[in-house]
Amino acid sequence: MGRAYNTIAFDAARCDGCGECMRACARAKVGDDDISRSRIQIAAGPAGFELALCRQCGDPRCVAVCPAGALAKDGQSGVIGWDAGKCVDCLLCTLGCVYAGIALDEATGRVAKCDTCEGAPACVPACPHGALKHHTTARIYNEVGDWEDLFAPGLAGCQGCNTELLMRHTLRRVGPDTVLATPPGCVPGMGSVGYNGMAGTKVPVFHPLLTNTAAMLAGVKRQFNRAGRKVTALAIAGDGGASDAGFQSLSGAAERGEQILFMVVDNEGYMNTGMQRSSATPYGAWTSTTPVGRESKGKTQDAKNLPLLMVNHRCAYVATASTAYMEDLYDKLDRAIVAAETGFAYLHVYSPCTTGWRFPTDQNMEVARKAVETNFVMLWEYTPEQGLRLSRPVDDPLPVAEYLKVMGRFRHLSPEQVQHIQAKVEENRAFVQQISQQSQAPREPSRFAGRGGDYGKGDAPRS
Amino acid sequence: MTTRQTRYLVVGSSHAALEAVSAIRMHDAAGSLTVVTRDRHPPYSPTVLPYVVSGRSTPGQVLLRDADFFAAHRIDYQPGLSLAEVRPDEQIVRLVRLDGAAGGKWRYDKLLLATGASPVVPPIAGIGQVKYHVLRTLDDAIGLNRAIAGARRAVVLGAGLVGMHAAENLAKAGANVTIVEMADQLCAGYFDRTAASLIEKAFTDHGATIRTGRRVVGLAPNGDGAILTLDNGDSLEADLLLVATGVRPDLGYLANSGILADQGILVDDSMRTNAADVWAAGDCAQARSFYSDAKVMNAILPDAAEQGRIAGMAMAGDPGLRRYPGGVPLNTYHFFGRHAISVGSSRQPADARVETRFDEKTGRYLRACFLDGRLVCIHGVNEFFDGGVMAQLILRRVNLDSVRERFVARPMAVGRELMSQLWR
Repeated sequence: MGRAYNTIAFDAARCDGCGECMRACARAKVGDDDISRSRIQIAAGPAGFELALCRQCGDPRCVAVCPAGALAKDGQSGVIGWDAGKCVDCLLCTLGCVYAGIALDEATGRVAKCDTCEGAPACVPACPHGALKHHTTARIYNEVGDWEDLFAPGLAGCQGCNTELLMRHTLRRVGPDTVLATPPGCVPGMGSVGYNGMAGTKVPVFHPLLTNTAAMLAGVKRQFNRAGRKVTALAIAGDGGASDAGFQSLSGAAERGEQILFMVVDNEGYMNTGMQRSSATPYGAWTSTTPVGRESKGKTQDAKNLPLLMVNHRCAYVATASTAYMEDLYDKLDRAIVAAETGFAYLHVYSPCTTGWRFPTDQNMEVARKAVETNFVMLWEYTPEQGLRLSRPVDDPLPVAEYLKVMGRFRHLSPEQVQHIQAKVEENRAFVQQISQQSQAPREPSRFAGRGGDYGKGDAPRS
Repeated sequence: MTTRQTRYLVVGSSHAALEAVSAIRMHDAAGSLTVVTRDRHPPYSPTVLPYVVSGRSTPGQVLLRDADFFAAHRIDYQPGLSLAEVRPDEQIVRLVRLDGAAGGKWRYDKLLLATGASPVVPPIAGIGQVKYHVLRTLDDAIGLNRAIAGARRAVVLGAGLVGMHAAENLAKAGANVTIVEMADQLCAGYFDRTAASLIEKAFTDHGATIRTGRRVVGLAPNGDGAILTLDNGDSLEADLLLVATGVRPDLGYLANSGILADQGILVDDSMRTNAADVWAAGDCAQARSFYSDAKVMNAILPDAAEQGRIAGMAMAGDPGLRRYPGGVPLNTYHFFGRHAISVGSSRQPADARVETRFDEKTGRYLRACFLDGRLVCIHGVNEFFDGGVMAQLILRRVNLDSVRERFVARPMAVGRELMSQLWR
């Protein structure tokens, strides 16, 4: 199987041409501020800022046309390395590259290219505007891909649904010593409880009622504890199952500190049964029970903020996450697993629903990303010891209308309704920030997020 | 001897062959793949050989693939075998060893001819009686590298890039070098007269003599060296003679095969020959020019790699195959610490709009030609621009009318700007 590689991404819209990245590169690579020698080149053009930087291509033409064998792609890091000793300065590589990623450094008469500074590119932290990002999500693909997939192949989700991704990643990470509870909702609907007498997972799975998921799972976990077996008790529930009918048992289990990892897949409604509203459905949204007509204009109440309610239970761990930010999700899953060994861990994942929210099936990640970029969804984590911390603060949020317009369930909104939602976003942001400002305790680095994390190939999780 | 079988048979071991092999393995990880080559070494590039001659690189350093690569990709690499006969109707090739002994037969499903080219030795009276060098193989380079050290008076026939490279090395080694070129300027295929004169000046500044517009009409032995007679009656003494008057594919193996060839093996836009299941790529192939429908020889490294990739994808049935866009000459040339880049042919139609600029102080020279608003060629001496970006502007037929002045003033910056807008 191929490998995924980390990459440097450029967002031209955020760039103001300040040149800090080029100065940082020149300092790192040639020891002075001469930006003409930087391996990353940003130039102003009539249509905005332009980037010339090696893309570390998968099928690199510079390598194919090098007559001296001086360029080669490193299979582990993905970086195209230049061997100064082998290079004969013929410049043919500059004819091969169509991205101006390898060019002449006139000061030396030799070619120069980005080598990503051995995995820690100097240009990225130097950018004061966040226009450069170093995407390191490749590690998830490379490491998690080797772990066993504990769901059956061929789950019956809607096309474009991200819940399958969430289920497979979560169970891979939690590992085989798990008991899984999946109350009525999309997760069993797409096959976790199986077909024709066969389970849909390779771990024990059961199908509690909407009302008793946390209570039943607490009992199962206590029985395993009594038997002396270390098992993760995992629930994957929908927002309806958690915030409406299942809330009393969820609240009770959290209050008692049951050793459970409770994951909520929040698609903001009862999507599995025909898209009815839930207490997590946002204001103004169309659902089959909050229709849009002459009088009715979607839901008239605001959504219940279930994760903040869980903070008020002082659970061992509470966090919100999004599949558009997989590293962040993995980081939190890691902490939730540890927290669930001693107490109640609650992980709330926002999960756009292509069918119920009415957006094209290829737009799931984009919708999830827009939710975060507008602060409609805020990503944070909480522990009683360290308080609440924003894990992906958005400095310059887009107007919420940018999020609302990417899906059909908000298409009917009047300007007043959009204003209402924007005000709700502001209020929630202020509220969350207030809590986070009261909690400034430092945070220990996660095991997964650090470079060279300790989940190697042979190190199966939770064994 | 029994006839061996292979799904893919690639004849040759340089850029076209290596790219084809990669393309085949990209799509078909398992099909049996055999590479035979008349060279006795692991794969290398003819382009790097001038640097082996100069000592800048060493024979051990220039190899492009090693045994581990062939093992990892399950490729049977068979050096020291040259192609004697192709029989497309039976899908069989016959090989011979370097010593002339039989090299066995292979039955193939898909055959790629990437046999490259060999030096052309002009039919000069007396050439059979004198010792001379050519530069096409690693063994040639090793021999020339040894000979250079003792050379005092060297003559290079041909002012193409190979001859010029070698002449520079000879001059740097302290020899008295004369370059004799039939055409009235050097590097005629790659650079215009102004660029050529800049290159010429660098050579004469370093003590070399350039005799353009001259032919050698006679050669006679002179001790270990030779005496040359030029068409104007002048004579030159040489203790080292290098013949670098171009290359031509050796296509003797095509006899009675029914495979059509002109100067090279004629191929279509997927590098397929007229025979079923036979492809050709690289310096032995004659493919469509980008500039016209004529099939031309474009014996340059980037084109060999491109053609090899296309042939490999076609052989493996890769659905991602895209048609060959036509050959565009692409060359870079490094001389006495300076560089020249040539994208597109130096010979352009009469109605092309030509823009040039030259800065005597820096020695920077640029020439760009446009036809119907589109770039058709750009050459620079000491003026760096991204050749790969320029080639894309040509291949994509981008209209540059609105930016032409800026483009000519700052080709690198404006090229990158267009790249960002068109294919970022």
